[in-house]
Amino acid sequence: MLRLLTIEFHKLKHNTASKVLSIIYFGLLTSIALIAAIKFDIGPIKFHLAEMGIFNFPYIWHFNTYIASILKFFLLLVIVSMMANEYSYKTLKQNLIDGLSKKEFILSKFYTVIAFALASTLFVFVVSLILGFIYSDYNELAIVFSDLQYLLAFFIKLVGFFSMGLFFGILVKRSAFAVGAMVVWLIIESMFKGYLFWSFRGADKTTESVNNIMQFLPFEAMTNLIKEPFSRLGAVKSVANQIGENFTKSYDVSILSIIIVAIWTFIFIYLSFALLKKRDL
Amino acid sequence: METILSLKNLDKKYGKVHAVNNLSFDIEKGNVYGILGPNGSGKSTTLGIILNVVNKTSGDFSWFNGQFTTHQALKKVGAIIERPNFYPYMTASQNLALICKIKGITTDKIDEKLKVVNLFDRKDSKFKTYSLGMKQRLAIASALLNDPEILILDEPTNGLDPQGIHEIRQIIKSIAANGTTILLASHLLDEVEKVCSHVVVIRKGVKLYSGRVDEMTASNGLFELKVETNEEELVSLLEKHKAIGKIAKDHKTIIATLISPLSATEINKFLFENGIVLSHLVKRKPSLEQQFLDLTNNN
Repeated sequence: MLRLLTIEFHKLKHNTASKVLSIIYFGLLTSIALIAAIKFDIGPIKFHLAEMGIFNFPYIWHFNTYIASILKFFLLLVIVSMMANEYSYKTLKQNLIDGLSKKEFILSKFYTVIAFALASTLFVFVVSLILGFIYSDYNELAIVFSDLQYLLAFFIKLVGFFSMGLFFGILVKRSAFAVGAMVVWLIIESMFKGYLFWSFRGADKTTESVNNIMQFLPFEAMTNLIKEPFSRLGAVKSVANQIGENFTKSYDVSILSIIIVAIWTFIFIYLSFALLKKRDL
Repeated sequence: METILSLKNLDKKYGKVHAVNNLSFDIEKGNVYGILGPNGSGKSTTLGIILNVVNKTSGDFSWFNGQFTTHQALKKVGAIIERPNFYPYMTASQNLALICKIKGITTDKIDEKLKVVNLFDRKDSKFKTYSLGMKQRLAIASALLNDPEILILDEPTNGLDPQGIHEIRQIIKSIAANGTTILLASHLLDEVEKVCSHVVVIRKGVKLYSGRVDEMTASNGLFELKVETNEEELVSLLEKHKAIGKIAKDHKTIIATLISPLSATEINKFLFENGIVLSHLVKRKPSLEQQFLDLTNNN
């Protein structure tokens, strides 16, 4: 496993584009801390985001993983191009001739995906921990380390998303088209959702029925892993209560979503392998 | 003799195209093999199959008597196919270091092998800055990294200028002189003739011949003759000689193919006694090109 990882990192570390994108990505992850600096001070209106409670433990785990997962597109480019480049440089053929098996080839990519996801998770963990200790109102260890399932969800979400990138990279063989294909998939998923809403329009609990089906599709499942944290924020909630809105939403990480994304990950990696095995290079 | 590679009834179909048709042959250790065939005869497909990049339709092949799986065996093989494929953004030595990692060997030999192919001075230049000849030489260096049991070369001089071709041939010859088994696919007959001891001839995916180069066609050799005058007389004399079969004329040279053994002295004496004085007389084996054409025309 270590051998396969070092092979893949050897390919990445000399590639300027991948290096720059990775640095930007981890730089942006760090810059979540900059949210703390958002501060309006216009006469009577005083607004300091860091003091609104967004950095309170354990809410910070939810908030930061959600924000961080938006940035995953930078790494997606690295992942997709590391796959598609092997085709455009024809080095995939050379790798196989040099004695890498097709299984090892896919595994080396998958291990790299896991390594990137793990590094991102650790990064978010450390950044959040530091931010939390600076701004959080609660610093008891039991509270600090509660709700860590958001980090697990973040990790699973990245692995699933990047595995999808790998699959499209192998399927389409060109980085730009592979990312395009993922966007097309996303659009099709949204259209399907719209269609479901339309066909269930008469039934009661429309949203619920639609979500029951949609949760099995990859993009929806990944979205479900970490739900939007904004409406959970104390300040927003109290405003909503005043205007009569009632929140009964669950923000938990559901085991079902984790399982669904894990299964999709397996499907994407297995299909990549099957595709590679079937193809003549 | 130790068998390095053995093909049994190998078959590959691309849709309706039968690229490799029931191909069987063995590669023994220490020999230099040529796979000969016109363009599109299935040479590269055959090599692709044994190198794990093309899936066979049916049949079997085994490396080293089946002691290893294909991808393990490939770590003991050095191969270059068609065009050199490396990561353009890496330097020569970074590319070779990657191959060492894949093959699971140390990186000690990189400099040594770069010197073999005269690229040591450019080892820190990026691959994309290389000329085609340099790329091809780097490919050979990469194939030599693991001191392979067998070196597989597919059209190694394709697209190179005469100097590049000469350099590559010198390298191949010196590798062969070290006792490395070589399998060379080419449509260039003189290339195969110059370096190979054995040859496999295929056409349209079918094997026409496999064995030693000099035994390819049963032949008693041929004479090249020239006279300054009396050419017609010479031809009619030759036609009467019972050891001589076909007589052909190539520009000003008369080529007489033998059907039974006849020495140059004997024919010279025979012609002189009949009043013909030759200006040119050579006895030789038919060139590989002639043998190849005979073989492909007769089948």
